[in-house]
Amino acid sequence: MSTRMELASTVVEDAVSPGPSAGLAGSAGSSAIFEIQDLNVYYRDFHAVTDTSLNIYQNEITALIGPSGCGKSTVLRCLNRMNDLIDGARVEGRVTYHGIDLYGSSVDPVEVRRRVGMVFQKPNPFPKSIYENIVFGPRVAGWKGNFDDLVEETLVRAALWDEVKDKLENSAFDLSGGQQQRLCIARAIATSPDVVLMDEPCSALDPIATYRIETLMRELKKQYTIVVVTHNMQQAARVSDRTAFFSVDVGEEGQRTGRLVEYDMTDRVFTAPSMKETEDYITGRFG
Amino acid sequence: MATRTIGSGSTAVTQDMLRRALEGRKVNVINPLVALTLLISLLASLAILVVLLWDVVAKSMPVWQERGWSVITNDLSPRPEETGMVQGIFGSVMLTVVVVILSFPLGVAAAIYLEEYARDTRLTRILVANIRNLAGVPSIVYGLLGLTVFVKLILEGMVGQLSGRTLIAGGMTLSMLVLAIMVITTQEALRAVPMALREASYGVGATPWQTIRHHVLPVASPAIFTGSVLTLARAFGESAPLLLAGAVLSTFFAAPEGTPITSLVMSEKYTALPIIIYNWSRQPQTEYIALTAAAIVALLVILLVVNAGTILARDALERRRIR
Repeated sequence: MSTRMELASTVVEDAVSPGPSAGLAGSAGSSAIFEIQDLNVYYRDFHAVTDTSLNIYQNEITALIGPSGCGKSTVLRCLNRMNDLIDGARVEGRVTYHGIDLYGSSVDPVEVRRRVGMVFQKPNPFPKSIYENIVFGPRVAGWKGNFDDLVEETLVRAALWDEVKDKLENSAFDLSGGQQQRLCIARAIATSPDVVLMDEPCSALDPIATYRIETLMRELKKQYTIVVVTHNMQQAARVSDRTAFFSVDVGEEGQRTGRLVEYDMTDRVFTAPSMKETEDYITGRFG
Repeated sequence: MATRTIGSGSTAVTQDMLRRALEGRKVNVINPLVALTLLISLLASLAILVVLLWDVVAKSMPVWQERGWSVITNDLSPRPEETGMVQGIFGSVMLTVVVVILSFPLGVAAAIYLEEYARDTRLTRILVANIRNLAGVPSIVYGLLGLTVFVKLILEGMVGQLSGRTLIAGGMTLSMLVLAIMVITTQEALRAVPMALREASYGVGATPWQTIRHHVLPVASPAIFTGSVLTLARAFGESAPLLLAGAVLSTFFAAPEGTPITSLVMSEKYTALPIIIYNWSRQPQTEYIALTAAAIVALLVILLVVNAGTILARDALERRRIR
């Protein structure tokens, strides 16, 4: 176990030190938004993620990749305390957000989620109008201002305005799947978050809708920090700045525990991975 | 060659063999037999219902023809040719109002707590299992509970009423009876709301209550509404608990001429439609056979109208909601 921890920490150091895209890594070195140290997540008796340490940097897209059950979504959901909603979920280790312990006893998860927004695998707009979908978050946060302007500004930023500007009062369910997902992204950025977490945002979409979301992600990273879980390795390679590769260890009784294998600049992970396991996975020789 | 070979190796079959396998109708006895049995069960239950309805409607016909609406609008009277059921209808409606006021908020609140707030611990599971048990307790037991707790302990003992067998006590008793069912139906309705909707709401920084108030309840409300009305219909038709915990106004305890109908709420003399049916059915005079049937028809018509109204209202609610 200790070797694994050492491995994780050396990998993180690697990521911080100037790599192939030295400028980016160098500028990001001082601005880690999240620092995850020795993270272990359990669902009741089930050990979902073991000894994971990694940093998430500002205005970057960080991709979490790996096979099913490797705990990448679990790690993602630790960043806005979404795991709190699951009965029996237990988080050990340290997750800091701008240096503040996210799991500190006085931290209010609601306040965390107002700053760390989330987009889910399946588009899940509220069964309300497009307009209501955008304004709900700011309204419950007590935001005061012109909601009409906010809706326009947010939808423009989410590259959806031109398609929906004449039907803001229509049901969000009238939109196509790709539009719904962009609406969900708009909903997530309407509260002016700091970070947007995306849990396989394109897995339910066709390639064209996927392309539009990826374009949007690149646009959004200028203002936000994005962490994206994806099954699609091409997607990770296309959009992300850094990639964390997780693998899964199967125990004697079939219990599956996720583990961080490698974390580095994306082009390094995909062109010159330091671990054999990573190479096997990205070249399709996994399992 | 006319025959084509499909597949290869030892599993190869000719097209003819494949056709025989695809088209071959093996004699299947089980399937039509099962379908027939199911159909017979359906028809049997429907037939019983039809016979029952036909029986009461036919038996009550003479009363409707002779008396017209006065059977409904007259007060109770010891003379069968003058008696009517308006006090019972009023009592039943008022009982239902008490049940709605008490059991709807309590039941919905308890269900929201169990589904949305309570952690899934052993204690919660024991609680839920026991609520299910409570829903299965015979109604006469609730009548005893009403008699000892509401009538004797609270109204006579603590409030100091001379007789605690009032409509309030009856309503409280019926509320206890339907509370468990109310909790269960609301729980089912809340459970049917997709988790993705809650996650979406929490994801933009809503509190648990904001999530429930703005997203979970609006989606669950048609189901909660329908379930509640069906539950109330059960309370409306209950007689056993009321026999123990109140409803003493019967053919022999007619309210004095000119008693305002509202005074029946607070005094001990009230009755309910099922109690009237029960009392009339025990009378020896032959007039009461038709009267009993008429009261049953009145009860059924009220229930049918309320249930149909509920379904229409629910559909209207669902149409108004953006899907």
